[in-house]
Amino acid sequence: MASNTSPRASWSLSILLGATALGLGMSAAYAADPIKIGVIAEAQAIAGASIPQAAQMAADEINAKGGVDGRQIQIVTYDNHSSSADSVRAFQRAVNEDKVSAVIASYISEVVLALEPWASRLKTPMITPGAASNEITRAVHENYEKNKYTFHGYLTSAALALSVCDAAKELLVDGKKMKSAVIMSEDAAWTKPLDVGYEECLPKIGLKVLDHIRFSPDTTDFTPIFNKIEASKPDVIITGISHVGVQPTVQWKNQQVPIPMLGISSQATNSTFGKDTNDAANGVLYQGVSGPDVAVTSKSIPFAEGFKKKFGNYPSYAGYTSYDEVYMIADAIKRAGSTDADKMVAALEKTDWEGTIGRVQFYGKEDKFTHGLKYGKGLITGLMLQWQDGKQVSVWPKEVAKGTLKFPSFVKVTSN
Amino acid sequence: MLGLQILIDGFAVSALYALGATGFTLIFGVSGVLNLSHGAIMVAAAVAAWAAASVFHLDSYTGALVGVAVAAVVSLATYFVVVQPIQRSRKIPNEEKEIFVLTATLLWGIMIQELIAYFFTNNAKTVLPIVEGVVSIVGVRTPKNEIFTAIVCCVVIGLLWFLVNRTRTGKVVLAASMNPRGVTILGFELTNIYIIVWAIYGVLAGIAGVLLGMFLGVSSYSVGPLTASAFSIVVLGGLGSVSGSLIAALVVGYLETFTAYMISPAYRTIPALLLLVIVMYVRPQGLLGRR
Repeated sequence: MASNTSPRASWSLSILLGATALGLGMSAAYAADPIKIGVIAEAQAIAGASIPQAAQMAADEINAKGGVDGRQIQIVTYDNHSSSADSVRAFQRAVNEDKVSAVIASYISEVVLALEPWASRLKTPMITPGAASNEITRAVHENYEKNKYTFHGYLTSAALALSVCDAAKELLVDGKKMKSAVIMSEDAAWTKPLDVGYEECLPKIGLKVLDHIRFSPDTTDFTPIFNKIEASKPDVIITGISHVGVQPTVQWKNQQVPIPMLGISSQATNSTFGKDTNDAANGVLYQGVSGPDVAVTSKSIPFAEGFKKKFGNYPSYAGYTSYDEVYMIADAIKRAGSTDADKMVAALEKTDWEGTIGRVQFYGKEDKFTHGLKYGKGLITGLMLQWQDGKQVSVWPKEVAKGTLKFPSFVKVTSN
Repeated sequence: MLGLQILIDGFAVSALYALGATGFTLIFGVSGVLNLSHGAIMVAAAVAAWAAASVFHLDSYTGALVGVAVAAVVSLATYFVVVQPIQRSRKIPNEEKEIFVLTATLLWGIMIQELIAYFFTNNAKTVLPIVEGVVSIVGVRTPKNEIFTAIVCCVVIGLLWFLVNRTRTGKVVLAASMNPRGVTILGFELTNIYIIVWAIYGVLAGIAGVLLGMFLGVSSYSVGPLTASAFSIVVLGGLGSVSGSLIAALVVGYLETFTAYMISPAYRTIPALLLLVIVMYVRPQGLLGRR
């Protein structure tokens, strides 16, 4: 695994060398200690691999412009092997030995929930770029003084459900006259609140929920599941999948299941998903906060293109948020005038940052989603994208849509 | 209708299990090695076939062949790098060699798994199907590739039977599994027989891996479950008995499919594991075990 860290190590080495050179020649301000940010992520998973890369990119940009009040930002990365136990050890090491001022951690809810008490115990601000469970913000709301160090830098499951329903209303109910749906979601911490959200909002937008299938994330054969879904004859399958993605998508195509899929499919946000599924992904509709060619804000496309130039592929969804979060932490430190944890928390709470996925503000102490991203027009609404001819095309909302719905021939869409 | 669906799906799954388990049991029968890197070799084959088609843009046939070739190479490497040094070691007492081989192949499997995850990520990959499209079998929409999978498995198992029972090489292999010492007295080099068996095993595991990659898809996470399923099928059928493994594969394949359709996909593997526990109590040598 030593080679795993070598590209990053050489990066930080060159930064270190650059910083030293600057420090030798310039005033004492440049020689000040760097601000360290720990990044704990899943280096082997596509969604997780972008997290440290994007963070490093943001740090390089900030450093090139002189850092934060003359202090450079240094990213310290830890591979957690998708394990909660490894993440906790990495968090302890980051804080106690490497003396980081803040931590950006993981896209897996179970991991973030395991780290949350450690952020409290070690009094270190932590932001997650990709986990979704409502439990993360609920813990902050219910025990604010203790858990205020945790921030939820990605949409909560409740907000994700709303985003999916908002898109489904315009695209499927108004656009395709659809009337019924089956919810298909994996059994994980993040889908429990998501399913509650779906059950609540789908009937409201005019989609009757005919069945609700939760399956184990270990499932490899989806034939029986698609079979059961087909038997209840829904117009659409509303998905909530992240640990699985490639397999259900490929089997959906191989078995020619005639029902379109729309919802959360985290793996579909990866630009490699088309290749991983041998283009079985064509027609799949997935919720995202970003897309390679979508100008959600003026920062989105330059970031995505810059990332691709540097690392060879477009960032995963958690790459966008991780990039923004380094800027948000730097901004908070600047406003707080210090890396003191409590002062940083107070500053982060006042965040009003236009990032790559929209305008970021956090819900306050009184809101039930304390420290969660504010959802809504003018802030973050999310997008609906579709895989079309091996590419990710935005189809909702209208302001940023680059295409209209397009399904493979085996899918039967009601108004066609 | 549902019954027919279970019949068709169950057969494809069983055939795939049978192919995977046959090689596993062959190795045990002939050389007494329980190869716990089995799942890793299957996944390596599938990922190689995927990479050949998706990264290097080869067609699906060539991709599949690349996958099988990679499995054969990894299988021979397993023998030469891991198994043979232990079997020949003078430092390890003979009675402990089995447990050393068991541990070493397990670690070897984990190494392969981590390498795959490092180079190709732990996200699932699927192999480009050789035949696309679906056919309707009495109203049941069945992917053509599923039928292809079942046919290939049956043909390969048939060829294996022919090889073992009707060719000279096969008869030597069979004899080695019954009495290794006798075979050496007749002038055959045991090492050569082992190499043949590991090569046959590699091809079988490779075909099973590539077909699994087409049928369901695999990721580096599949390594453990694949080894476990081959292991339980082989134990259920009787260690070292090829026909026992075939029967056990059918039993497990149908039991899993039936559970997935009639109860819930979440409980798919449970009844087969319970059956394994019961067989262990009642008939520890397995269905067709020799002891």
